[in-house]
Amino acid sequence: MPDLEELRKAVIEGDHKTSAAVTQEAVAEGVAPLEIVTGCLVPAMEEVGRLFECEEYFVPEMLLSARAMKASMEVVRPLLAAAGAEPAGRVVIGTVKGDLHDIGKNLVASMLEGGGFEVIDLGADVAPERFIEAAAERNANLVALSALLTVTMPAMKTTIDAFKTAGLRGKVKIMVGGAPVTRQYADSIGADGFGESATAAVALARKLVAA
Amino acid sequence: MNALRRWLEGGLLISDGAWGTQLQARGLEPGAAPDTWNLSHPELVEAVARAYVDAGSQVILTNTFRANAIAMQGDLEAINRAGVEISRRAAASRALVFASIGPTGKMLMAGEITAQQASAAFSAQAAVLASAGADALLVETMSDIEEARLAVAAARSTGLPVVASFAFDSGKNKDRTMMGATPEAVAAAMADAGADAVGANCGVGVEYAAPICRRLHRACDLPIWIKPNAGLPTIEGAAVRYGTSAEFFASHFAALRDAGASFVGGCCGSAPEFIRALVSARCASS
Repeated sequence: MPDLEELRKAVIEGDHKTSAAVTQEAVAEGVAPLEIVTGCLVPAMEEVGRLFECEEYFVPEMLLSARAMKASMEVVRPLLAAAGAEPAGRVVIGTVKGDLHDIGKNLVASMLEGGGFEVIDLGADVAPERFIEAAAERNANLVALSALLTVTMPAMKTTIDAFKTAGLRGKVKIMVGGAPVTRQYADSIGADGFGESATAAVALARKLVAA
Repeated sequence: MNALRRWLEGGLLISDGAWGTQLQARGLEPGAAPDTWNLSHPELVEAVARAYVDAGSQVILTNTFRANAIAMQGDLEAINRAGVEISRRAAASRALVFASIGPTGKMLMAGEITAQQASAAFSAQAAVLASAGADALLVETMSDIEEARLAVAAARSTGLPVVASFAFDSGKNKDRTMMGATPEAVAAAMADAGADAVGANCGVGVEYAAPICRRLHRACDLPIWIKPNAGLPTIEGAAVRYGTSAEFFASHFAALRDAGASFVGGCCGSAPEFIRALVSARCASS
């Protein structure tokens, strides 16, 4: 029996070579791919999130863990797809129009992926129509909007309004986040949820798709 | 003695306040790169620079924060050159011009850019800023020590004095950079990289600045550059407001000076009246 504890540790410590190798071993020995994700990767990334929350981890450590998690997912994903397993949800994510900052958005995207979501990352400076197009095309049930600048925050409202106009607002939940974004602002523009941090974003995404 | 120490022989120098928010007040579109205004609206950029010199700034920056080839596109040589020329005109002989070099906005450790790409972008920008007549180069709002090392090395190769300033806005005490670096780690690394001064700018507000200043000061022998935000922004309707008043901001002047600051100014949300208040606070406390 391969050591899933070793995989968990490799993800938490950000060792992508070990995480890929152990995952391959586990798959070869017949461990169910879904078991690797829900029994190991998800709890490992939750622990990474906890370490970030209590400030033992900062962005570099999170990025390394996300990379280790991705290395394992790359082994597992084709098997999950072949078995017809559904992701926790489909998220279209991007930084809103006019804003070129993508560090926070990338972190949230990684954490969502680690949380078992299928992530469609549109990058930075994304126009409302591109969010709508991607959400419709990929049948997403979640849209995540990021902004770092106070001056680009209004583009979050424009994007949400565009979903209304396109008649798609009822089909997706929309979550927002970024350094200057507050719960109060999220409520005022009609977002379904606000995440204080990348970790909070995963918990929020789960809550929104369950609602 | 290097030029930077010589400028400080008369004591602490007061620098400037925010540019981005001042340009927005003059009509810069939200989300547009302020740097492009060096070419399209030089008179309005100069008005901001002049307002700071008139308010008593002894050091002013340049509107070139984003003008490196990774952070933005456009005619960067012209934008950087015009940025220095505008600040020089406004400063005349009344203030020094420290040319601003901001981060690339990409992460080296995530492999988004290579060290070579970052170095090339910083070197190209630094060379233009120096040849256009800047008195010193300011590497600012950094969060990654490795990226700052590359920027400082590029800036140093021009022969001008170099200030390296970081944004401490993370961690429960707001005393870490986004990448987790402490003031002690930053001070040691920047002294080692050959910076002529080290500091903290942006961040979460003036009330957090004095402890960070003291820690930087204790951790190295370099002059300390301090330029905090006017608090964190809040959104009221369509308007962005920063919570800190000029008076509250300037009430921290003595604490910053006592914590070892050699340069004091304001970052996001601060305005010329903040600089006037700092000048008054310095008169009152000397």
